[in-house]
Amino acid sequence: MNLNSIDDLQAALREQLYIADRGLATAIYLALRLNRPLFLEGEAGVGKTEVAKVIARLLDTDLIRLQCYEGLDVHHAVYEWNYTRQMMHIRVHEARGEHASEAELFGPDFLLRRPLLQAIENTREKAPVLLVDEVDRSDEEFEAFLLEVLSDFQITIPEIGTIKAERPPVAVITSNRTREVHDALKRRCLYYWIDYPGFDKEFEIVRAKVPQAPAQLARQITGFIQELRRADLYKVPGVAETLDWTAALVALDQQALEPGVVEETLGVILKYQDDVEKVRGENLRAILDRVKVTV
Amino acid sequence: MSGNLLHNLILFGRLLRGLGLDVNPGRMIDLVHALGHIEIGRKPDFYHAARSLLVHRHEDEPLFDQAFEMFWRKPSEGGVTLEMGGLQARPRFRRPLVTPPPLRPSDAKPPEDAEGQSPADQPPILQVTVTYSDREVLRHKDFAEMSGEELDAVKRLMAALVWQLGERRTRRRKPGKGRLLDLRRTVRKSLRYGGEVLEWARREPKYKPRPLVIVADISGSMERYTRLLLHFIYSLTAGLDQPVEAFVFSTRLTRITRQLHGREVEAALREVGQAVSDWSGGTRIGEALKAFNFDWGRRVLGHGAVVLFISDGWDRGDVDLLRREMARLQRTCHRLIWLNPLLGSPEYEPLTRGMQAALPYIDDFLPVHNLASLEDLARRLTDLDERRGIRARRFVMTSEVKNYARRSI
Repeated sequence: MNLNSIDDLQAALREQLYIADRGLATAIYLALRLNRPLFLEGEAGVGKTEVAKVIARLLDTDLIRLQCYEGLDVHHAVYEWNYTRQMMHIRVHEARGEHASEAELFGPDFLLRRPLLQAIENTREKAPVLLVDEVDRSDEEFEAFLLEVLSDFQITIPEIGTIKAERPPVAVITSNRTREVHDALKRRCLYYWIDYPGFDKEFEIVRAKVPQAPAQLARQITGFIQELRRADLYKVPGVAETLDWTAALVALDQQALEPGVVEETLGVILKYQDDVEKVRGENLRAILDRVKVTV
Repeated sequence: MSGNLLHNLILFGRLLRGLGLDVNPGRMIDLVHALGHIEIGRKPDFYHAARSLLVHRHEDEPLFDQAFEMFWRKPSEGGVTLEMGGLQARPRFRRPLVTPPPLRPSDAKPPEDAEGQSPADQPPILQVTVTYSDREVLRHKDFAEMSGEELDAVKRLMAALVWQLGERRTRRRKPGKGRLLDLRRTVRKSLRYGGEVLEWARREPKYKPRPLVIVADISGSMERYTRLLLHFIYSLTAGLDQPVEAFVFSTRLTRITRQLHGREVEAALREVGQAVSDWSGGTRIGEALKAFNFDWGRRVLGHGAVVLFISDGWDRGDVDLLRREMARLQRTCHRLIWLNPLLGSPEYEPLTRGMQAALPYIDDFLPVHNLASLEDLARRLTDLDERRGIRARRFVMTSEVKNYARRSI
């Protein structure tokens, strides 16, 4: 794949059905060129994780995903020893009257490789894409560790030694901002805030991702969602919800937005009861009327 | 790259630092490298490259955009130095003040006000006449009644209070005596005995103090307490190891976490004074709560946070909104503690509309009118259970509160 300019990259992303702003394309391009991690922040469902998947497809390489959660530790993020096999090994040797050496027991054969180690080990032809998803869910301890790994792409395992990536992975870190991630980590990265798309961009995304949706329906759905994002809601729908909803309405054979069906399927786009209450009934009709006039 | 551009880049970096952006030389070097990969002639690309490298906080983006636009416009559109001057005059920390912050010496109060009865529209204030020792008097004296000297003494005592927040069991494990097996250490130990497991190594959960979020009312009716409460918030921020998020509101909500952080007290409060634009304004608790819930709740209430909400409950806004947002706030935090300076008075009853609406959703309702009440709060925060217990959804006046009232009379 020829990715020698931001224009190329933007076009390639579009080919992969990912519609990126110029800014995001620039950030991705520089992340690839400068070998810097890309830190993507934004509300849930704006397509942060998708970026990593698309980059992996573009570069035709593996995607290694590390889903973060509180308490994520070295044993689940980097490596762990395969204890059951170690025990078995000891027993088998014992039965033969031999003694299992420590060097053997703590060698590569008994090593379980977790995502970070996989991303750094030089077993692949091409550098993989490393996705560290929802880093805000992890805790400070893990953040500090991640910072260390991302600074020089090397990991030290006491029993084996230091493993350094010859070709550093393309690292993509995402955050929903449920917690402020420490500046030290963000400073290592190229930062990009992914915003909710405007009408044109979202319409394009809907068309690209759910091509079987009639154009009229897609336009109305996009208009409706754009209205909701301006409404006074606790949690406004993201692009992921737009796509789910489109798929749902297509599955229900809808050609245009009808108040009844919209009300029945509101649960696909709104996830808080008071938000659903606010949009129901009169308000829903008003929004629909506005949408039908404008699109 | 031309020397001219490099020179301008350095100037631009300096401008951004001057505006409070976290731009270090490493990032500038990255930017110089990045320029080798893009068409410098295309201004949008240059802009996006600079922005993704030099900014790493979403809230800094508008400031960067302004600076970028002014700095990199064509010379024909206006002199660079001139524009920089204009920009520096209004960075975000120096918002023009509507009213001066109430951080002045307290003696500014007119004497007849201090002598006479509280005006009718003022909430009732407790008169304190106990005379054990000076310190005892000071401990139980209402903040609103104190002279400048007494306030200074209280600030010193406040700084000496030890704050510690109840802990929360995290999902992280450490070696210890818990129920969970630590296979890694078990295998290691067994090697000494030829692979025979004689002893199971175990792990236990790690405990960490809960995050604290403070939301304080600085409206007109709270004015006599505001100055000291800010000191109190500062001493909490400085005295706790874990992150403390602080917000103040009267008609609108302002986050003051950054202003309080890493500064010495007077400087911090000066910064706060400049950041807040609605000192002693009206009170719209419901709207402030909503702003907090919608814009900040998801960002700062993770990991079992404890919320301290400081207000007298005198609300001029929408009561239904207040009720709804209180309910939401209680649902999203571990413990909701409402501190009310008026609660120190024995005659006080939480009858205002706002307070009535809020009460069912408060986990603890405590006074915050004198040093003794702060000491009690410190004790309570330390003793916060790991489990919250079932929420009563009803207000119960704690025995401590009644005791305060009794002791103080």
